[in-house]
Amino acid sequence: MRIPLSWLAEHVELPKENAAEWLHAQLVRVGFEEEAVHGGELRGPIVVGRVLEFVDEPQKNGKVIRWCQVDVGEANGGVRGIVCGALNFVAGDRVVVTLPGSALGDFEIAARKTYGHVSDGMIASVRELGIGDDHDGILRLDEAGIEGEVGADALALLGLDGQAVEINVTPDRGYALSIRGIARELATATGRPFTDPADTARRAVGRGDASAAPSGFPLAVQDDAPIRGNVGCSRFVVRIVRGIDQSRPTPAWMAGRLRLAGMRSISLGVDITNYVMLELGQPLHGYDLGKLRGGITVRRAQPGERITTLDDVDRALSEEDLLITDDRGAIGIAGVMGGAETEMDASTTEVAIEAATFDAVTIGRASRRHRLISEASKRYERGVDPAVADAAAARAAQLFVELAGGTLDTAYGAEIGGVPEMQPISIPVGFWRTLMGADYTDDEARAALLAIGARVEDGATTAPTWTVTPPTWRPDIVDRESLVEEIARIVGFDRIPSVLPVAPPGRGLTRAQRLRRAVANGLAASGLTEVLVAPFVSEQQARMAGAEPVRLENALDAERSWLRTALVPGMLDTAHRNLGRGLTDLALFELGRVFHAVDGHGTAELPGAAARPADDVLAELDRLPAQPDHAAVVLLGERVRKQPGRPAERFGIADAIESAERIARTAGLELEVRQAQRDWLHPGRAAELLVGETVVGVAGELLPAIAAEADLPRVVAVAELDLSALIRLARVGLETQVIAPVPAATQDLSLVVPIDVPAGEVRRAVREGAGALLEHIALVDDYRSTGSDHGGLGEHEKSLTFALRFRAADRTLTAAEASETKLAGLAVATERFGAKLRE
Amino acid sequence: MSHPDENADLGARVDAAVTAALAAIEAAQTTAELQAAKAAHNGQGSELASLNGSLREIAPEDRKAAGQVIGAGRGRVGEAITARQGELAAAEERAQLEAERVDVTAVPRIRSAGGRHPLTMLVDEMSDVFIGMGWEVAEGPELEHEWYNFDALNVDPDHPARGESDTFYVAPADRHMVLRTQTSPVQMRSMLTRELPIYIVAPGRVYRTDDIDATHLPVFTQIEGLAIDKGITMAHLRGTLEHLARIMFGEEAKIRLRPNYFPFTEPSAEMDVWHPGMRGGPRWVEWGGCGMVNPNVLRAAGLDPEVYSGFAFGMGIERTLQFRYQLDDMRDMIEGDVRFTEQFGMVI
Repeated sequence: MRIPLSWLAEHVELPKENAAEWLHAQLVRVGFEEEAVHGGELRGPIVVGRVLEFVDEPQKNGKVIRWCQVDVGEANGGVRGIVCGALNFVAGDRVVVTLPGSALGDFEIAARKTYGHVSDGMIASVRELGIGDDHDGILRLDEAGIEGEVGADALALLGLDGQAVEINVTPDRGYALSIRGIARELATATGRPFTDPADTARRAVGRGDASAAPSGFPLAVQDDAPIRGNVGCSRFVVRIVRGIDQSRPTPAWMAGRLRLAGMRSISLGVDITNYVMLELGQPLHGYDLGKLRGGITVRRAQPGERITTLDDVDRALSEEDLLITDDRGAIGIAGVMGGAETEMDASTTEVAIEAATFDAVTIGRASRRHRLISEASKRYERGVDPAVADAAAARAAQLFVELAGGTLDTAYGAEIGGVPEMQPISIPVGFWRTLMGADYTDDEARAALLAIGARVEDGATTAPTWTVTPPTWRPDIVDRESLVEEIARIVGFDRIPSVLPVAPPGRGLTRAQRLRRAVANGLAASGLTEVLVAPFVSEQQARMAGAEPVRLENALDAERSWLRTALVPGMLDTAHRNLGRGLTDLALFELGRVFHAVDGHGTAELPGAAARPADDVLAELDRLPAQPDHAAVVLLGERVRKQPGRPAERFGIADAIESAERIARTAGLELEVRQAQRDWLHPGRAAELLVGETVVGVAGELLPAIAAEADLPRVVAVAELDLSALIRLARVGLETQVIAPVPAATQDLSLVVPIDVPAGEVRRAVREGAGALLEHIALVDDYRSTGSDHGGLGEHEKSLTFALRFRAADRTLTAAEASETKLAGLAVATERFGAKLRE
Repeated sequence: MSHPDENADLGARVDAAVTAALAAIEAAQTTAELQAAKAAHNGQGSELASLNGSLREIAPEDRKAAGQVIGAGRGRVGEAITARQGELAAAEERAQLEAERVDVTAVPRIRSAGGRHPLTMLVDEMSDVFIGMGWEVAEGPELEHEWYNFDALNVDPDHPARGESDTFYVAPADRHMVLRTQTSPVQMRSMLTRELPIYIVAPGRVYRTDDIDATHLPVFTQIEGLAIDKGITMAHLRGTLEHLARIMFGEEAKIRLRPNYFPFTEPSAEMDVWHPGMRGGPRWVEWGGCGMVNPNVLRAAGLDPEVYSGFAFGMGIERTLQFRYQLDDMRDMIEGDVRFTEQFGMVI
C-alpha cells in the first residue's frame, strides 16, 4: 500500500520536516514494514511557460528541431531560448519548462549548446514528467485543462511535488489498505487526533432527503449457494448522480495522488471510484445508468453462463462465482471486475455508484479462479469494513457532483442488507501478562483496546473478565490471543523482558544425525567439496537412475519440472558450471533428499484442522513419495596434478569406490563391491555396492555418451549411496577382538585363475578357506600375459598375488602353520575357480 | 726367561705398533678404510697380534707384565677404532641426510583441500546451540502433505496467505501434496508425536516459487524452533533468541521484536538482531519471524490451549550467512562453485 503523505495529512497531522522517515518509524512500531519511498524524483525549478514564437529548423539528419522563445516569468529570467524536438504545440501554448538546475530523476537539466543554439532549459513531455507514457509529445497545459500563470511552480500544479510511503500490509489487515485505516493506525501509534473520512463524507452528503421517496431503483440479493455458510453479499448500496460531464479532466491533485498511490489516471469517473477506494478501503464500481437494463440482482452464476469483463476477456463462469446482473444477465463478477457492457465511457451522463460488502471467501475464490487479482478483490479477500459502504458511496457521489458537474439524485438510491454484529470476545483480566510475560497494566490494556476501536465491558467480578467487541473493520480479531496481540502491539513489544526457558535434559543428536555429520566431515576431510544442488531436474535426468520420479505442477522452469530421484544427475550440472569457470579438477559431494514416487501418494481429501485428526487419517497423510537421504560423489579431472617428481593421476572408478567405502565405514559397515550393469554407467566400470545382500548404492564411471551430453570430459567417476538405508543398517554395538601382542607371520600367495574370475571372489574364497588365523589379506598384483611374455600363463588366465598376514591369539605361529593355512585358503579357491598355485 | 732389555724392547715395539695403528685409524676417511686399518693393525697377522702371540715365549714370571703392556696397547687401538667408527658413521649419516634434502616449498600435494558447505556448517552450529540447552533436532519430509504445510498451521484453504505463499504443487494436483514452504510442518509433526514438553529445532530445506535474485532463492534453508510447555510466554521467546544471538554474534547482540502477522502464531513478531560486527558498523538486521503458537495450531495437534502454550520462531540460514559474512549475492551459495565453499574450509 502506497500512502501519499498529503492525503494522510488530511486525517492525522504530520510533521513538516522529514515526514516520510517519521511516518515509517511510527508505523513500524505497530506492525507495518516500509517497502519504499516514492516521489521526489522531479526537482525544481520546473515552471509554467508560454511559447511566444518559434522557428522550425530542418537538420542534416532529416530531423526538424524547433527553436523557441518561451516566457517563463520575470522571476525566472523572462524569455528564454529553448531547443525542442517535439512539434505538437503552437505559439501561445502554456507548457512546462524545466529550467537549468532542475532534475528529472538522475537527469540534471543545464543550459547546453545543441543544434547551433544555447538551449536554456527544456520543454517537458508527459513521459518526462512521469504523468503517462502514452505519447512523447509536449504536455500542453491548456489542452490538459490545467490552470496556472506563467512562472508558477508546475510541480505543485501537476500534483508532482508529493511523496508517498509504501508499506507492506499483512494479509490479516485489509482495513490498512486505505488512507482511513493507516490514518487510524497512525493516530493509535502516536496519540494524535484522527478525523474519520467516513464520518466527513456522511456529514457532507448524508442520506439525502429523508422524506423523499426512495429512487425506486430495484435491488435484490438472491444467493442460493452460500459458500461455507456465508451469503455472498451482505450489503449493497447504490447512489445515483445525474448530469455528469465525463469529458472533464481529472484534477491534477487527484491524478497526482492516484499516481503516487501507484494507480494510473484513466478517466474522471474511474479515477473518482479508485480515489474513494484508496481513501476509505471500500471498492466501488460505477455503472453507466443509461446502459443498465432494469435494476440490479446479485446472484451466483448459472451453469454455462459467460461474461466479457472490462479487460475484454470472454470468461466462462463457475457456479460459485457471485455475479452482478441486470435484466440482460451478468454485468460484472462481484468484487473482482465489472463487465464491458455497462462500463462508464466518455458519453456517460448518469452514473450508478455501487458500494457493496462481499464475502471474502467468495471473492478470493473467484479471483484465483479467473486469475484476476484486482485492487477490489485484494481488499475484499482481506475483509472490507461492512460499515463503510454508505460513506464510500456518499463520498463518490460528492466527488461526481464537485468534479464532474453532476447532481445527486435527491432520493437515497437503494440499499439492501446491513452491517453484521461483531462477535464479542471474553478475555480474563491479566491474560495479556500471562501470555506475554510482560508487565502490561490493565489500564494500558483497556486503553489499547479502546484505541483500536473496540468496545470493552467489564464482566464477572469473581473471576474478572472483560467482554471485548472488535470494531467492524477488524474481522481478524477473533480470539483472546488476537486481543493480546493488539495490546502488545500498541503498548509496546519492547516491554517484553528476556527470560531463558529451561528445557528438560535432552538426548543430543540422534544417531542418524550424528552419522550424517560424520559422513559429510569425512568426505570433506578426504578432499571433497560439499555442494548443495536444487532438486529440480529434467525428466531425462529424473529417470536416469531408474526410480519413478515425481513431477511438479508449477515448476519455475518447464525444462526442470521433475524432482531428482538421485543426486548425481544434478551434480553433473554443477560440475559443468565449475568447468565453465576453468575449474577442471573436481571432487564434489552432496548429502540430500531424493524423491521416489509411490503408488497412490497423497490424499483426495484435506482433513479439517479444528482438532487432532484420527490416527488413521494421520496415517493416510503420510502416504507421501519416499524421500530417503542420499550421499553422492562426482569426481573428474586430475586427483593429483603433475608436480615436480610426480606425474598427474586422473580420477577413476577406484576413487569413486573408495569414497563409497569411506561413507560406509563411517557407519561401521564394510561394502561388498560387485561387478554390475547400469544404463548410465560404463558397462565395464560399474559396481554395485552391498551391505550383506542389500544393494545400498552404485559406483563407477559415467557412460561416456552421458558425460558428453553433460558437456563433461570422457571420464567422470561417480558414486551414489542410499544414506538412509546405510544408517538403518549401521553397525550397532561391536564384538571387540582381543588385540594379541604376539608376532605375525606374513606370506604371499600367487595363484592362477581364469581371467574372468573377479579378484574379490578369489579373495573371499581364500579368506574363507584360511579361517580365523588369516588376519588380513590384500591383493597386491594382478598379472596377465602380454603379447610377447606369457609368464607361464595361458591366454585366458591371470595371476593374482595376495599379501597375507597370519596370527594366532595365543602363540607365535610357525612358518609351517602359516603355509598350511595359506594352502587351506588356496584349496577353496581351487575348488570354486580352479585356482592353481603359481610357482 | 726374560730380561729387562727384552721387556724394554717389547714396550717399544708395542708403542710403535700402537702409534702406527692410531695413525692409520686417524687417516681412515670411510668406514671401509677404517675396517682395513683395523684388519692391518689389530687383526690377525698384525704387529699387535703377533706380539700377543709371542707372549707364550716369555718367561712366566714376566708374562703378566708383558701381557698388560700388550693389552693396554690393544685397548687403546680398540678404543680409537670405536671412536673413529662413531665419527665416520655420523659423518656419513650427515652426508646422506644432506643428499636427501628437498625443497619444502615444492613438495607434491596429493589431496585437494575439500570443505563443507557453509550453509550446512551454519545449520550444525545453530543446532548445537540448542542441543546445548537440552533441545533436540527434529526433521520431516520436504515433500509434504498440504495439510501439514497449511491447514494444520491455521492457514485455511481460503485464507489469502495460502495464495500468497508461492507454493510448488506436486502432481497430480488433486492429491494435496506440496514442497514445504517452511519448516513449520515439522512443528506440527513434533506436536503430534513427541512427548510434552517439547523443545525442538527443525532445520531443513524449503521451497518457494520465487525467481532467483541476489536475495531470493526458490530453494533455501530455514531453521525453526518450537517450545511447548506449561507457562511459556513471549518473554521466553525473547530470552531464547537473545541467547542464540549472543552466541552467534557476540555478547552485545540483542533482539528487537516488531508486530507482524503469521497465521500460525498469535501474537506474531518480526525479529531484528543487533549485529555488533556488521560491516559499516553495528546495526539492526531483519532476521526472521516468531510468535506465540496460535491456539488453533495447538488444537489441531490435540493439545489444550488452556494448559499448554508455546512459542515458535524461524530464520533463513542463507540470510544469516549473508549478513554474517557480508555476502552480496545469495546465488553464490547454490551454484556449487568450489571456490566459494573452499574459502570456508571446515570452519564457520
